[in-house]
Amino acid sequence: MSDEKVTADDVDVNRRKFLTVATAATGAVGVGFTLVPFISSWKPSERARALGAPLEIDISKLEPGQMITQSWRKQPIYVVRRTPESVAKLGGVTASLKDPNSEASDQPAYAKNEMRSLKPEILVLYAACTHLGCLPKQYFTVADPTMGADWPGGFFCPCHGSRFDLAGRVFNGSPASANLRVPPHKFESDSLLVIGVDAVQGAA
Amino acid sequence: MAASSDHAGKTGFRAWLNKRLPVDEFVDSQLIGYFAPKNFNIWYFFGSLALLVFVIQILTGIFLTMHYKPSEAAAFDSVEYIMREVEWGWLIRYMHSTGASFFFIVVYLHMFRAMIYGSYRAPRELLWILGMLLYLALMAEAFMGYVLPWGNMSYWGAQVIVNLFGTIPVIGPGLVEWIRGDYGIADSTLNRFFALHVIAVPFAIAFLVLMHLVALRQTGSNNPDGIEIKEKLGANGKPIDGIPFHPYYTVKDIVGVGVFLIFFCGVIFFAPTFGGLFLEKPNFEPANELSTPQHIAPVWYFTAFYAMLRAVPDQQLGALLMLLAIVVLFFLPWLDRSPVKSIRYKGWLSKTALALFVVAFVMLSYLGLQPANDLYVILARVFTAIYFAFFLLMPWYTRIEKCKPAPERVTYHA
Amino acid sequence: MRKSFVAAALGFTLAFAGPAVFAATEGPHAAWMDWEPGNDVSNIASLQRGAANFMGYCAGCHSLKYKRYSRVAKDLNIPEEQMEKLLLLPGAKKGDYILSPMAKVDGEAWFGKAPPDLSLITRAKGSDYVYQFLKTFYVDPKSANGTNNLALPNTAMPHVLSALQGVQEAKFKVVETVVDGQPVTESHWESFELASPGQLSPEDYDAFVRDTVNFLEYAGEPVKAKRESLGVWVILFLLVFTALAYLLKQEYWKDVK
Repeated sequence: MSDEKVTADDVDVNRRKFLTVATAATGAVGVGFTLVPFISSWKPSERARALGAPLEIDISKLEPGQMITQSWRKQPIYVVRRTPESVAKLGGVTASLKDPNSEASDQPAYAKNEMRSLKPEILVLYAACTHLGCLPKQYFTVADPTMGADWPGGFFCPCHGSRFDLAGRVFNGSPASANLRVPPHKFESDSLLVIGVDAVQGAA
Repeated sequence: MAASSDHAGKTGFRAWLNKRLPVDEFVDSQLIGYFAPKNFNIWYFFGSLALLVFVIQILTGIFLTMHYKPSEAAAFDSVEYIMREVEWGWLIRYMHSTGASFFFIVVYLHMFRAMIYGSYRAPRELLWILGMLLYLALMAEAFMGYVLPWGNMSYWGAQVIVNLFGTIPVIGPGLVEWIRGDYGIADSTLNRFFALHVIAVPFAIAFLVLMHLVALRQTGSNNPDGIEIKEKLGANGKPIDGIPFHPYYTVKDIVGVGVFLIFFCGVIFFAPTFGGLFLEKPNFEPANELSTPQHIAPVWYFTAFYAMLRAVPDQQLGALLMLLAIVVLFFLPWLDRSPVKSIRYKGWLSKTALALFVVAFVMLSYLGLQPANDLYVILARVFTAIYFAFFLLMPWYTRIEKCKPAPERVTYHA
Repeated sequence: MRKSFVAAALGFTLAFAGPAVFAATEGPHAAWMDWEPGNDVSNIASLQRGAANFMGYCAGCHSLKYKRYSRVAKDLNIPEEQMEKLLLLPGAKKGDYILSPMAKVDGEAWFGKAPPDLSLITRAKGSDYVYQFLKTFYVDPKSANGTNNLALPNTAMPHVLSALQGVQEAKFKVVETVVDGQPVTESHWESFELASPGQLSPEDYDAFVRDTVNFLEYAGEPVKAKRESLGVWVILFLLVFTALAYLLKQEYWKDVK
């Protein structure tokens, strides 16, 4: 612009610049504060959090070799009561696993062991396949004809063929890279499992 | 404007961008190159503020729809869910509900500005009509929005307003049923009002705002003296009494925004129901088709017209009068025959008429909020008569009165 | 035109502040209609007492269906164990809404009308109303349950706080007036008298009701205290912003002559 009005002689350019920056900065801070409520409104609401309260599951009727599926926080949870034989088998497949010691997998510290569980017979897993989130199906029968003669019993994901053993550990050759995740859980008693609360370390 | 040459020297991203999207050219021609009269006063804040409120309503509205459920069974509960269980939901909802009332405050002041300075006069008739269409769209938007919380006032307000369409001869009853989609105000009504409120009408408003701005750009702004600054051009071909909109009016409007937000936030944080005017008490009870609130009144911004409706002892004529009260505003550009535009130079007849009009409108707004007893109905008739007399007598009193001559140049003291 | 702006603003204010001048009077104005609880939702101690009052005396019949126990505990600084021990209704979990065990049909059968949910009572009717309601029960042999109420005449609700307040009797003055040419006999309330004292002194009963109303006002709008304290900061921020914007505007407008 070459307008005489705009370029008056007595303009204090520094003051003008300072005020422009100060006002703009204050305005930006205000916009920043204003964004907080809008962004926060997407967080789980109190209803979602109340519905996401710890889930109690009665496992007294769960027979060895059986599995139940429950939903907690919109995520399916598998609870398996393993037979003593299948627990014994877990040590034998280590060589064919991607992450036998669950170093690169997601589980609470108390489930970072060979059984990936608090109690040897009870396995608790997030059902979602660590590949792309489908639900692996149960193939608990040893040497299941569809799975091959050396199949020790475990899970098979129908979407992309990932295979897991009965501790949720992923086999070599699967598209999934990590073992199935273990949710926080604890035992209120022998028959009452609670999902969503961590067991006190060492107490279980 | 030699816009392109101004920025020819620019390099990097800005040059890349401007070659593809005329950002700088737009700013140069539409903001810096738009010369507005330098004598704008406080009344000229409300246009930009109306735009601000529109943006606030759109933004908060989008976030409300993320949690709101438009059904008879869930609507009321979902609003309480927003108020209590969605993090910061209460603030977003109060912004939206307060924004509705502030939209009308700002728009009414904006319209009044046009009336005192004759901004509706040639060559700005179409600008005024576009503004009136915006006002109509805003009324529809506000009415349907008020139904959504599904409180008892929402329900009965919808009942009363929708029934107004039943007064149309012949097609009325069928039309009412069609609008409701049921035999009473029902789930279907709520659901379609939701669709119109969040999609159809906002689009219409956005389009009308654009047209309103384009029309403004074409004619240029009026000013408190009501004279055309384009008639006095300086050596550079620009109006002598004009200044570039940017930066002068952008920085000035920011001050207006600040002051506005102080009032706006004052209400949101300290009086969100505004004593029952912005959020009415009966609307904290869920819709109940078996119980009409003891005293039913629309929200304050409609009460002037509501008072007129009640002032007429005939259903059809009452509805017709209410309609005419709005229609007559469209004809304002042709009713005013004064040789000057601004109230500053009009005679005492115009000044008195305008003052009476303001009193009538405010009093009708007040009366519409009160229960309809005999005294109020009589008062409402008097003020309704004044309201219409202001318009219908305008061609007469603006022509016979003695006006002061409008000045050659705008009145401005630095 | 600054003057006309001020005048218009004043006009609007007057129009809406005007009801005192114009309000139509319905019946005589009685002293109890001016009783106010004078409660304060930022008084946590009062809210805690009010919550205990509500759970002890109201929750048997009235729900707060939008209010969770856990939220009450969080907002009122009540430790969760304490809340679970003292406030939870039988069978309720801490994340549950506060729902009365009374079934709607039972309420209708017993009282003729199901006891209303009280989540929004202070917003729909006002805190003053609730306070007046709880303070204006009086003995009325003509009523089905032996008591009546000034704030809500012929209420179906019995005076459940009678053991606390005592038995309150009302004195009425019989007034002969003429309405539309017809002689009408009206009885106007004059005063209350405590026929037999309750467990609480009148002062303590008043405090009990105030706390309860305070809790209900909180339950009606849980964020009220937070909203007002945050509002102060927002306004202060906007004042700073507006001051800066004003200086900026003044600086630029030096050009305009």
